[in-house]
Amino acid sequence: MKIIVTVKQVPDTSGKVAVNPDGTLDRASMQTIINPDDLNAVEAALTLKDEYGYKVVAFTMGPAPAEGMLRELMAMGVDETVLVSAREFGGSDTYATSQILAAAIDTYGVDDEDIIFAGRQAIDGDTAQVGPQIAEKLHLPQVTYAGDIKKDGDTLTIHRMLEDGYMVVKVKTPCMVTCIKELNEPRYMSVNGTEECWDMPLTVMGYDALKDHDLIDATTIGLKGSPTNIYKSFTPPQKGVGMMLEGAGKETTDKLAGILAGKHII
Amino acid sequence: MILDKKHALQQKLFREFAENEFTKEIQDELDQTHEFNWDMHKKMAKYGFMGVKIPKQYGGTGSDHLTYALMIEELARVDAVLAIYANTSNSLGGGPIMLAGNEEQKKFYLPQVASGEKIMVFGLTEPGAGSDAGGTTTTAIPDGDDYIINGRKCFISGAPMADWIVIFAKTDLTKKGSRGISMFVVDMHLPGVSLGAPEKKMGINGYPTCDVVFEDVRVSKDCLVGPLNKGFQYAMKTLDGGRLGVAAMSVGVAQSCLDEAVKYAKERKQFGRPIADFQGVSFMIAEMAADVEAARQLTYHAAMLKDQNSPEATKACSIAKYFAAEAANRCAYKAVQIHGGYGYIQEYKVERLYRDARIMSIFEGTSQVQQIVISSSLLK
Repeated sequence: MKIIVTVKQVPDTSGKVAVNPDGTLDRASMQTIINPDDLNAVEAALTLKDEYGYKVVAFTMGPAPAEGMLRELMAMGVDETVLVSAREFGGSDTYATSQILAAAIDTYGVDDEDIIFAGRQAIDGDTAQVGPQIAEKLHLPQVTYAGDIKKDGDTLTIHRMLEDGYMVVKVKTPCMVTCIKELNEPRYMSVNGTEECWDMPLTVMGYDALKDHDLIDATTIGLKGSPTNIYKSFTPPQKGVGMMLEGAGKETTDKLAGILAGKHII
Repeated sequence: MILDKKHALQQKLFREFAENEFTKEIQDELDQTHEFNWDMHKKMAKYGFMGVKIPKQYGGTGSDHLTYALMIEELARVDAVLAIYANTSNSLGGGPIMLAGNEEQKKFYLPQVASGEKIMVFGLTEPGAGSDAGGTTTTAIPDGDDYIINGRKCFISGAPMADWIVIFAKTDLTKKGSRGISMFVVDMHLPGVSLGAPEKKMGINGYPTCDVVFEDVRVSKDCLVGPLNKGFQYAMKTLDGGRLGVAAMSVGVAQSCLDEAVKYAKERKQFGRPIADFQGVSFMIAEMAADVEAARQLTYHAAMLKDQNSPEATKACSIAKYFAAEAANRCAYKAVQIHGGYGYIQEYKVERLYRDARIMSIFEGTSQVQQIVISSSLLK
């Protein structure tokens, strides 16, 4: 009985976003963080672990330094981590990434009682595609935008949050659920976790480990296997700062009317 | 010093926790109401902060002194009083049992302290005895299988919340000075134990401090910690570790002063430019930065010497505590100075930092006592 969580290391966009001359993100010059929605997915897994005793396994695809993030997740309570990493996987878009992650998860094994959690989307690309694509490639049912998850036997009851309300969806395991930040408040690492995470299992799955999987083909992975390519990245120019007027009285409306008149809007 | 991966990760944990959890509302509430925040205590305990220095077999995480120093520094950087919350169990509270307790005492007390369920405090200071522990007048007189304790301990931080107190009492009245003193762990709920009114402190409000009075308090022989009549040396050893904690707390306060000063100097405009452009201000910031960094390196170095059980550790802890506490006060002075009139107003954090910094060169041995420790180790 396990929960697999897919996570991604992303540039910390709360600082300045650096872009290479060729238009791609200059990841080396930016601090990295764990993608925020992924932390909600991890927390959802750990909450279920606390209650039902699941084993929690985190998967990520990325370069070797992503190990730091995986250690951090184990310091939070994740039991085991898998780093999917190979030169051949570099430059993958969401299609190729989900292809590789699906192959890695399938190689690890998904049992009937298992659940896969992912964050809704990553803050670098904002695509929200990798989670659902993994589900499709593994032929698993998927529920996106989970804002509440309850487990009853082999069924999860999920509030699927939409713009103007929510759907209540029941889904049987094994399944894929993508999580939004309203789902929970991610825990911190524990001091004990920071002591023990260094000796906990971290497996590296390289190209050789996955190359014979049906999903893996030179035409479906890496830069060459990616149907989409980044043309250009840029920091959008800041919009002008708005002005807030407070108060419900005539004085405020007069002031507002004065400002609008001054700008020749009215 | 460059932190290794483990300590860097721990620093990240403590920093994230403090920055997210110690909100301005909580800091203001502690400073204004002076009341202990149980929710914060429990939250820190949940993540293992109370047992950082307590060995694993007794419910702690068995981390090293560098981890402990990083924790205290990062917590104090946001709020010094909340650093004290996590400090007591690892330092003066749990310290004596860790140092001198027998196996049964360790098994009974330490897990409850590490989990935060129980609070244990340290009672050395008396109206006429502090760093001069030889002036102790509290007595513990044998009576059958028990001891009867009488006396008064003062400035006991955490006493109003405490379940247990480790005290030092004269057990051999024929011995003078620091000899004939023994260490006891006393249940605060026993008949004859009472509390004075909470002290109205200048700073570190939110961790109440008061007198503890013992009137014919009967404790069993099991409450004796360490060998009879040899308690003083354990008091000194406990204070050794405590000084490292205060050094780290001072580094946190000093860093916070620097952070606030830098932010304000860039924002505040006078004569048509940010005050950071004036050398009178920028030189103060440079002095603060050098003070903070020197204090930090001394503290980390002392922590590592303690981890190696170095004979130099006692002196190093005193040097770190002395320098860092004085540096925190220098930095607090400059941070308020850079803020000008606003620094004197409670709305700005430096006003509290100035008050919080002041205790650093006083508690757990004043700067002058540290100077005595340092110089006597050189002049013996």
